Amino acid sequence: MSKIKKLNKTTRSNFITYAIVIIAYILSQIFSSAGIMSNSLRGQLVPICAYVVMAISLNLTVGIMGELSLGHAGFMSVGAFTGVITAISLQDSVTSGPLRLLIAIVIGGIMAGIFSLIVAVPVLRLRGDYLAIVTLAFGEIIKNIVYCLYVGMDSNGLHIGTVSIEALQMEDGATTIINGPMGAVGITKLSTLLAGFLLILFSLFVVLNLIKSRSGRAIMALRDNRIAAESVGISPSKYKLMAFVTSAILAGMAGTLYAMNYSTVAAKKFDFNTSILVLVFVVLGGIGNIRGGIIAAVILTILPELLRQFSEYRMLTYAIVLILVMILTNGAKARQFLERIKGSLRFIKKKSDGGGAVNG
Amino acid sequence: MTVLSNLINGISLGSIYAIIALGYTMVYGIAKMLNFAHGDVIMVGGYMAFCAMTYLGWGVLPGILLAVIICTVLGVVVEKLAYKPLRSAPSLAVLITAIGVSYFLQNTALLIWGSDPKVFSSVVSLPSLKLFDGQLSISGVTQVTVISCVIIMTALVLFTSKTKIGKAMRAVSEDKGAAQLMGINVNSTISVTFAIGSGLAALAGVLLCSAYPTLMPTTGSMPGIKAFTAAVFGGIGSIPGAMVGGILLGIIEIFGKAYISTQLSDAIVFAVLIVVLLVKPTGLLGKPINEKV
Amino acid sequence: MANDREHRTKMVPVPSKAIIPERDLDKTPILEASHLGIDFGGLTAVDDFNLTIGRTEIAGLIGPNGAGKTTVFNLLTKVYQPTRGTILLEGKDTHGMNTIQVNKLGIARTFQNIRLFDNLTVEDNVKVGLHNQMSYSMFSGVLRMPKYWKQERIAHERALELLSIFDMQDLADHKAGALPYGAQRRLEIVRALASNPSLLLLDEPAAGMNPSETSELMDNICKIRDTFQIAILLIEHDMNLVMGICEGICVLNYGKIIAKGTPEEIQANPQVIEAYLGKKKGEN
Repeated sequence: MSKIKKLNKTTRSNFITYAIVIIAYILSQIFSSAGIMSNSLRGQLVPICAYVVMAISLNLTVGIMGELSLGHAGFMSVGAFTGVITAISLQDSVTSGPLRLLIAIVIGGIMAGIFSLIVAVPVLRLRGDYLAIVTLAFGEIIKNIVYCLYVGMDSNGLHIGTVSIEALQMEDGATTIINGPMGAVGITKLSTLLAGFLLILFSLFVVLNLIKSRSGRAIMALRDNRIAAESVGISPSKYKLMAFVTSAILAGMAGTLYAMNYSTVAAKKFDFNTSILVLVFVVLGGIGNIRGGIIAAVILTILPELLRQFSEYRMLTYAIVLILVMILTNGAKARQFLERIKGSLRFIKKKSDGGGAVNG
Repeated sequence: MTVLSNLINGISLGSIYAIIALGYTMVYGIAKMLNFAHGDVIMVGGYMAFCAMTYLGWGVLPGILLAVIICTVLGVVVEKLAYKPLRSAPSLAVLITAIGVSYFLQNTALLIWGSDPKVFSSVVSLPSLKLFDGQLSISGVTQVTVISCVIIMTALVLFTSKTKIGKAMRAVSEDKGAAQLMGINVNSTISVTFAIGSGLAALAGVLLCSAYPTLMPTTGSMPGIKAFTAAVFGGIGSIPGAMVGGILLGIIEIFGKAYISTQLSDAIVFAVLIVVLLVKPTGLLGKPINEKV
Repeated sequence: MANDREHRTKMVPVPSKAIIPERDLDKTPILEASHLGIDFGGLTAVDDFNLTIGRTEIAGLIGPNGAGKTTVFNLLTKVYQPTRGTILLEGKDTHGMNTIQVNKLGIARTFQNIRLFDNLTVEDNVKVGLHNQMSYSMFSGVLRMPKYWKQERIAHERALELLSIFDMQDLADHKAGALPYGAQRRLEIVRALASNPSLLLLDEPAAGMNPSETSELMDNICKIRDTFQIAILLIEHDMNLVMGICEGICVLNYGKIIAKGTPEEIQANPQVIEAYLGKKKGEN
């Protein structure tokens, strides 16, 4: 009997997460078709989905695996640009837009996964702040490389160079896909809110199911105590790699989704600040709390839009809100205060539960 | 000869990184936090010196002094308001707060001074040093930068090893709890560390803007990240490490620009960092981490 | 490799009827360490350590603080690679192996300073111990294949069964980090047991326990040995526990063995008394 109750408890939390996402999707569909939603907010819907996927993905690295990553936007970048190249080169052979988007997202994810294997070498050797700086370095390297990347396509296929578009020596009427610092150009917008919604569901499915499995437990055990985990036969390299690559694949997919929402995307879009932005989602949502990360991603992407009326004070307000929220949720005095409130609440409810390791 | 001149340029740029990295490393050693707002203190320092000299018509030395004083106060105030309440919080929360402070400083600067770059006139009026019949010329800024870096470094090493406050700083960085039990005021020690780090950042700001004379609200970000990289490169928490890391980073960057690719120079710097960390996982002069079982 | 370990690929046996084992030193011993030694930067922490443990023996490792007892555990579990000497586990040389391989071969341990997975539940802590006795892949886990459900169900039952050794099955849903100290020590033992060892190393299992808890622990250690038919090597300062349940005792001082024998022999050994109490006045 207790087994059924237990299963219900863990699945209940996941169910709530899925429900929130589905309801949010339905509401935004209704609002946007009823015309209640402002144009600028409607334009933010797909980016919000991409950021939500990024938050889920980074939570896997930071919250579940317990390693700080400061270069997650790097994987997003890899996914974005390979996704765009894929989509544009398939323009003639695959006529169905959604199918082309799906292929682009899959390829974007796979390429980001391959790149993460390269970064994984230091990831498996380094710890803590040293690892954080390596991820930061990786993000910057990716940005730098895309800056001097020129990709075009003509009837002979893809041309890739590092000097300029002219240096690719393509035929007349060739398409430019990536134009150095300008980034990807001439993208046919394929991303839709539905695609974003489905990608969020997919990421949630992967990460939540991973956490509640043998592999997920091993990853969290390594996070909590590496030496103890090794003592019961868990290989750190295998499971850290698993978490890291999965996280990168999801980030790559989010990157493709994001890029395919615009007609041009510059490499600058995926710099250190974006990595930090996603990290802020994860930390504000509660490290390791997937649902919290999703909510934080949505609120923090909409917030600057809502603050638009303060125009120039917008980012300043954002900064102050960020600092205050951190102090209020993590400060010693604020925490004591919260504990007291919780204590009295518990007294009223008289019933408390321990809660799982990870809230879905 | 160009190799030599590139080397000197590298050392000069590296000296600026080193001065910034010293601030990073000291704060990390004592507060165990990555102070991402450190780079923006550089920017504030630059603007302060700029305002004093351009708008108020002050001389060079009073201008620098004002920048140092204001940044020192700024560092201490930021620590008291934003970081101190989070002393026992998870390190990620502190990191995000530091990023918040960084946004705050950048956007305040944006409101006050606008986004268009200000042209910073060099604070150094020293003539260039010509060597080898004028084939090699070392600019005044370069001379001052390198010399001040050496002086600062020596002073800091003496400070931490000889003075009472310096020893207290080392004690706090080893073990906060034990230091407190021995009667060391941990809070004031941390304040002093932030004060020194921010004062150095102001100096670095003035030197940076003298060498690369554009001043924008985002001027401090990239040098900040590079200096952080330098601190990790040399072994974060180690003062000589910050020095070595900074200078090497500067040399690699200039050589990368000169001989490989201007656009890829940052990528080269970061790639070298990754390789170094793979060989020495705690940086060049960092202490190896041993976990006791 | 897989064939000769077949008897261990099944999950840990269900604790059922107790069998009191004979002294079994005549059979092939579970562990043979010979001339084991390690230096840390010129300082010899352990030197010429020789120890043989029988298949179902309870052995004790005692000695003053800093004698190198935990270092011996770290050598056996390959947290440190020994500088000298060999370790044979079930007759196999563990040279060049790491902690993970040694665990798969049959050594599990607890830690002096408790090392639990604090943010996981008690049950999940035990399930991490059961990790290598489950075999479904990451994909079966994510896609929730039938394999997943079947193995997770077995693991859940097994985890509760193992927890029931210490009467902890009701704590299964609590976070490990929130448990009281004594329960954390017991959970460490359960987790180690879950990895199906043939040799269990306990590092000060009774530290911080009161006499009644200690005597309960003694009963439980014997119960574990009897039901699982495994060998246990324990480090302990509580002499009642050591003398009460250990069949063989090894005394370590300054990294070297100064005495080995039965509890009676150890209690009468003048060198051991000296190591613990210091030299008597008048002797030199």
